[in-house]
Amino acid sequence: MSDELLFKDIDEPGLNTLSVYEARGGYAAMRKALSMTPGEVLAELEASGLRGRGGAGFQMGKKVSFLPKGAMDKYLVCNADESEPGTFKDRELMQKNPHLLIEGIVIASYAAGAERSFIYIRGEYVLQADVLDAALAQAREAGYLGERILDSQHSLSLVLHRGAGAYICGEETALLDSLEGKRGNPRLKPPFPANQGLYQGPTLINNVETLSTVPLITAMGGKRYAELGTDTSTGTKLVSVSGHVRRPGNYEIELGIPSREIVYGLAGGPPEGQEIKCWFPGGSSAPVLTPEDLDVPYDFDSLAKAGSMLGSGAIIVVDDSTPIVELALKVAMFYRHESCGKCTPCREGTNWTVKMLQRIDCGEATPMDLDIMASVQDHIIGNCLCVLGDAMAMPIGSMIAKFRGEFEQHIETARMRANLIVPPVPADEQALFAHGAS
Amino acid sequence: MTPVPRLGDDARASGWDRATDPEKDPALIPDPATCEVPAQLRETIEAAMARYPDRRSATIPALHAAQSLHGWCSPQALEQVACVMRVTPAYLDSVASFYDMLEQRPVGRHSVYVCTNISCSLRGADALLAAIGEAAAGDEENFNVRSFECLGACDIAPMASVDGVYVGPLSVEDVPQLLDDARSGRPVLPDKQLATRLVADPRANSQEFPAHAVEDGSSR
Repeated sequence: MSDELLFKDIDEPGLNTLSVYEARGGYAAMRKALSMTPGEVLAELEASGLRGRGGAGFQMGKKVSFLPKGAMDKYLVCNADESEPGTFKDRELMQKNPHLLIEGIVIASYAAGAERSFIYIRGEYVLQADVLDAALAQAREAGYLGERILDSQHSLSLVLHRGAGAYICGEETALLDSLEGKRGNPRLKPPFPANQGLYQGPTLINNVETLSTVPLITAMGGKRYAELGTDTSTGTKLVSVSGHVRRPGNYEIELGIPSREIVYGLAGGPPEGQEIKCWFPGGSSAPVLTPEDLDVPYDFDSLAKAGSMLGSGAIIVVDDSTPIVELALKVAMFYRHESCGKCTPCREGTNWTVKMLQRIDCGEATPMDLDIMASVQDHIIGNCLCVLGDAMAMPIGSMIAKFRGEFEQHIETARMRANLIVPPVPADEQALFAHGAS
Repeated sequence: MTPVPRLGDDARASGWDRATDPEKDPALIPDPATCEVPAQLRETIEAAMARYPDRRSATIPALHAAQSLHGWCSPQALEQVACVMRVTPAYLDSVASFYDMLEQRPVGRHSVYVCTNISCSLRGADALLAAIGEAAAGDEENFNVRSFECLGACDIAPMASVDGVYVGPLSVEDVPQLLDDARSGRPVLPDKQLATRLVADPRANSQEFPAHAVEDGSSR
């Protein structure tokens, strides 16, 4: 494919230094943007149809336009707290091409009128944070950050903030709380961050990949970018493929290609002799799909129509050697650990789901537990401040719906293994049960 | 048969099962005249506070700094941070208890985080964690081995983060070398470090890089 955008020459030695990046035409898009008005830059972003790459898939241009106009303290926050299981695309971008992200932040902040910006990077990404720190120092020295960038009217400060290990801080309002130095608890929405975000000021929050795409859009023009991909999912996307595939890793694809092409074509499919049992198309929060769904085009709307979501673009492939109960338990335990505990449905729902799955695994469960577990999931969805609980409920619910037979089988075999035989009903009580009396 | 665990959850809302003394007065913001803070730590925290419009934003960077000095977020560490930041130790404790990387009790010198999330466990992370735990058993002074949620390196699964350095894909045979390198301060498994790994997408680069290197994920 000739239209590699984000990954073009990504492994060129020294690309993380300013000199190599500039030799490749870096920061030209920023110069171009600063010679336009903020409104024109925004118009290009809107024309590109770029949808947020962090998970929600909201149109970036629209998000920028939600910020109030006029002179006030506005903020831009780059969400680099990449913690969705299966996702590792931002890591690759930040480590190998940090200046692309910085350039994107300068352009986006110019369009949004923000003069203070932050990158919230997860604390575990030590190498990536060090690379970014070095790149930031170079950019500051070159005058690409700071007061009146390149003699324009635009000023921007950029601070790299390292987190300390919490999945929930990838949720935008929890991220803001964490950046303000508190526990990472999500906030009630509305007010949305575009109106009241960081330090109660209007705040634009975007993912690393989204912001890294901004210079490319500015350089090539929004219209041309929109020609890539499908009508509603424009452009290219980084996909992280992991799990039971032969070549796990990051791939750049044009949105709308068949999912099979990614799983089998690029990542090489499951190991010899194995078949795919199910796959997560967008991180562990996405409902699982079956091998029959592999022909679904990989874009936001097609995957939503197939009953799942594109999410962060992380495909996790699970082959038929893995018991579904084990998979469900892994998912549920992760969300139980990461639930911040603020909302009851999520805090209790994740905990009870884990306990019920453990019951199944040790032979204490009955098929009725599956219905109870499914109803627990239904009661989580839509009832919390953020979607962490939903992110467990959706995959678990889909697993119960699609693999119910296997769950029931597991209950039976676990019961046999544990020697828990259902006691026969005594003869003098049999009449009672036959009439359904209580 | 393993019984269903009824108590002792691994939930993030920590501290609910720890006893507290309601009679005790809450700790106030420490008095700078009596609280001694190492100069280096004070400098780091003050520099962090200066970077943000609100000094409280420096809480996590300050706790990171204190932890690297004291080894964990000890009461003394919290008191020193509280003194410089002019906040109560309880506030810092509330933050420190929320985040996985801020330790609540004394731990070994070298952190070994083993990712045991879905992608890694599909590729044998649980056996790896058990092997590392077994090999490091008895050397708690040197090693803080713990399972960790997705570290964002599923392409090198199963993997571990040793003092912040990502290494993988690991097998059980790598464990002695890994611990040895960490203990003696050498770079950990240099051939398996993420830093030297090429991107998997074969079309991402010009033809200069050998395709097979990309395929089996070896380093440059």
